[in-house]
Amino acid sequence: MGINAAPTAGGEGFLTTTVNSVANWGRKNSLWPMPFGTACCAIEMMGAMMSRFDLSRFGAEVARFSPRQADLMIVSGTITYKMASVCRNIYEQMPEPKWVIAMGSCTCGGGPFDSYAVVQGIDEFLPVDVYIGGCPPRPEALIDAVIKIQKKIDIEGAPIV
Amino acid sequence: MSGFSLEQLSNRLGSYIESSSEFRGENTYFVAPDKTLKILQILKEEFKFTYLVDLTAVDYLGIKSPRFEIVYYLHRFGEDYDENIRIRIKTKITEDNPSIDSATSIWTGADWLEREVYDMFGIVFKGHPDLRRILMPEDYDEFPLRKDFDVRNREPSKKSFQKALREGNF
Repeated sequence: MGINAAPTAGGEGFLTTTVNSVANWGRKNSLWPMPFGTACCAIEMMGAMMSRFDLSRFGAEVARFSPRQADLMIVSGTITYKMASVCRNIYEQMPEPKWVIAMGSCTCGGGPFDSYAVVQGIDEFLPVDVYIGGCPPRPEALIDAVIKIQKKIDIEGAPIV
Repeated sequence: MSGFSLEQLSNRLGSYIESSSEFRGENTYFVAPDKTLKILQILKEEFKFTYLVDLTAVDYLGIKSPRFEIVYYLHRFGEDYDENIRIRIKTKITEDNPSIDSATSIWTGADWLEREVYDMFGIVFKGHPDLRRILMPEDYDEFPLRKDFDVRNREPSKKSFQKALREGNF
């Protein structure tokens, strides 16, 4: 039962729900993204956060450049094996619960870089929740991915830790 | 020296130059590897090629012998910064002894260029102050731009990545 879906009116000025529902409602409407931009996709990610597309309409407003204050990692750009260990380290520094968006062809599957240095998809070392195709994807696609993450949080939730 | 002509250069370096070629206004001079440092010194100090544009290498595996060529691109701005003359110096390096004197004593900027050539081709620059890999992980054990290295071979990279994860060394 989500707090928005069917709140039980218990009288004047209060309603009942579960702690999990409240927590998930809060989580999904105030995602704090950690931008991990390494290439041109990062420019589209910046575009998505600026006034024209305005990701803050969906609560993902405060981009945190410290992983310790973030719960959504947006990996946008080509990830090389040398960068992969850094990416994994930053992911591990984020507090639970946390989600990952793989933005762009390079992060999803290596893109055009079938070479000795480039990771062929970041799901080799990160648990990815939403993949966005495109080279680079439009800001609308990133907004769509954030909304998909919100739906996922709403449906699956995450334990209180 | 004011004014500059390629004839002056050929006359001065005459005995050092093994061969030269000209293609669409680009001049290339082949020199011996053990004389390269001396020639670069002369080019910088007497002919005022003050700027080392690029230093790179080519692997001619199965095409030419000896296998490697080191390429220096030099630029002359002129006394009044109105000339913009560019020449290319090449030297051949054998596969058995892939080493050459470092140009860092002449241009400090050769430092990272030589590190890149070492990283990609495994060519050792003698006298370089800090010859470490610059792009690939330090424990990487291949030279990826050599023609006998499969460009899609990700195993050495994975090995370095796993090691970095294990040791927490980022």
